[in-house]
Amino acid sequence: MQVEKQTVLSGIRLNLNAEVGGFALRAELDLPATGITAIFGHSGSGKTTLLRCIAGLQSAKGELSVRGQSWQSGRGSLPVHKRPLAYVFQEASLFPHLSVRKNLEYGYSRIGESERRIGFDEAVEWLGLSALLERMPGKLSGGERQRVAIARALLTSPEVLLMDEPLSALDYRSKQEILPYLERLHQKLSIPVLYVTHSADEVARLADYLVVMEKGGVVAAGELKDTLAQLDQPVRLNDEMGVVLESVVVERDSHWQLALARFDGEYGLWVPDQGIEVGSAVRLRVLASDVSLARQRYEDQSTQNLLPAVVLEFTEDQAPGVMLVRLQVGDTAFLSKITARSLAHLQLQRGSEVWLQVKSVAVIE
Amino acid sequence: MEFDWQPVWLTLKLAGLTTLILMIVGTPIAWWLARTKHWLKQPIASVVALPLVLPPTVLGFYLLLLLGPQGPVGQMTQALGLGTLPFTFAGLVVASVFYSLPFVVQPLQNAFDALGDRMLEVAATLRASPWDRFVTVVVPLARPGFLTAAVLSFAHTVGEFGVVLMIGGNIPGETKVLSVAIYDHVETLEYEQAHILAGGMILFSFVVLMALYLLNGRMSRDVRG
Repeated sequence: MQVEKQTVLSGIRLNLNAEVGGFALRAELDLPATGITAIFGHSGSGKTTLLRCIAGLQSAKGELSVRGQSWQSGRGSLPVHKRPLAYVFQEASLFPHLSVRKNLEYGYSRIGESERRIGFDEAVEWLGLSALLERMPGKLSGGERQRVAIARALLTSPEVLLMDEPLSALDYRSKQEILPYLERLHQKLSIPVLYVTHSADEVARLADYLVVMEKGGVVAAGELKDTLAQLDQPVRLNDEMGVVLESVVVERDSHWQLALARFDGEYGLWVPDQGIEVGSAVRLRVLASDVSLARQRYEDQSTQNLLPAVVLEFTEDQAPGVMLVRLQVGDTAFLSKITARSLAHLQLQRGSEVWLQVKSVAVIE
Repeated sequence: MEFDWQPVWLTLKLAGLTTLILMIVGTPIAWWLARTKHWLKQPIASVVALPLVLPPTVLGFYLLLLLGPQGPVGQMTQALGLGTLPFTFAGLVVASVFYSLPFVVQPLQNAFDALGDRMLEVAATLRASPWDRFVTVVVPLARPGFLTAAVLSFAHTVGEFGVVLMIGGNIPGETKVLSVAIYDHVETLEYEQAHILAGGMILFSFVVLMALYLLNGRMSRDVRG
């Protein structure tokens, strides 16, 4: 049956067109039912407009269904307050006349008891708010306010969580304070999270799935690691190409302050030891410009990050004389930025076996 | 000499009733003016503001014609068996509602404008229906606006004279309100009576306005935290 198939396969299915003051949005997407989908783009790319259309805060033409439930079709559109969603705005936007507790209760009390999947005390504990409950929003710091806003949103037990640059209005310290909570959403929530951002760090750190927007349209969408490694529609985060990989810390070398991060079971990379315990999952970001290639493995390179790789494809970079190479190590794709001369010198072709040397790795989780 | 309290009570009754009606009628008008982008917004805002600039006698004159036995509204009230409104208390209420309308609509519209969209959007994403949003978000956040509107409408109705004279006349117990009573006392050289009423008015108005400013000051402090 069509409906059931949709429920199983898809979290959010949409085909929306909107016009807002001369700006046109056109988006057709099929997004996963769990995990964090980052909607990435520069300001004016339409990412916030897309989120507002999904919430119903902005009127759009087209179709939208969430977890098999139609929210908008040719026949009509659910008003915002009837959509089982939660929305975290860029500014916390707490009700200034209500205490933290009353703010949290606002949405919580408006859903039926049988629909409550997240308990009041549970949300308070997750976001560390128990000491703040009786305070007024005016007396909270920026980070505290945003934590309250996230808890308030979650307390409606939504089917989907929409977040519009929830960190961009915060200073560095408040960001660091909130990020761990957002990471935990991964594990705690079985609902899709759409996370609008223009920050490459947040994408690398939080996203499972990536949608890249430009000039009101979707230019790339897919699993984060696939999207970042694609060459036909290169995705640049902060103008840098690179891949993100999931790994596990298996060893720590306190003498050299390094940690060994293992991915795909058998491959390891030495990364800066940031005090992450053995057995913890970490995300690594490897920029294409930090990956060089060699035909042979030299003995003196044994202490460095060398991985056996196979060349998948290559293409010209934006800069003249520079080539982008996509390689495979185990199940993981890497990108390397080398000069056209090196490429010729190494006589690389599709399927060539090479040694991939990683000069620098950023640990992002 | 016995002091005649009747005009005082009549005035309070008139002002109270007018304020009540105006809060009910003025709130939707102010809400519409604050939210709409309709081309009729400016024309309607101008009509609402007319009593601010017109002499009360102009308003009273046309209301008299409108509500009188030959006027369209007068014909209608007669057909309904209600008689005519001029020179009755009900007529005074109708006139006062028109006369004080801008004093309710403008502070409310300013308060609604200042509210912006964000809080309403937040409430909507937290499952509040439009009416729910109005009651739980707009009313508390626009409370200083509501308070200002109510006080101004009450005080302005207490102070009206021209419209009352045109449409209500000077019937004791029916249309003889404070301002008219003071005028009467002065005309008949009863300065002592006039002093009591006029001085009382000054005191009353001062106390009311002072209370309003104090309350609004405290409320905006509360919200800012």
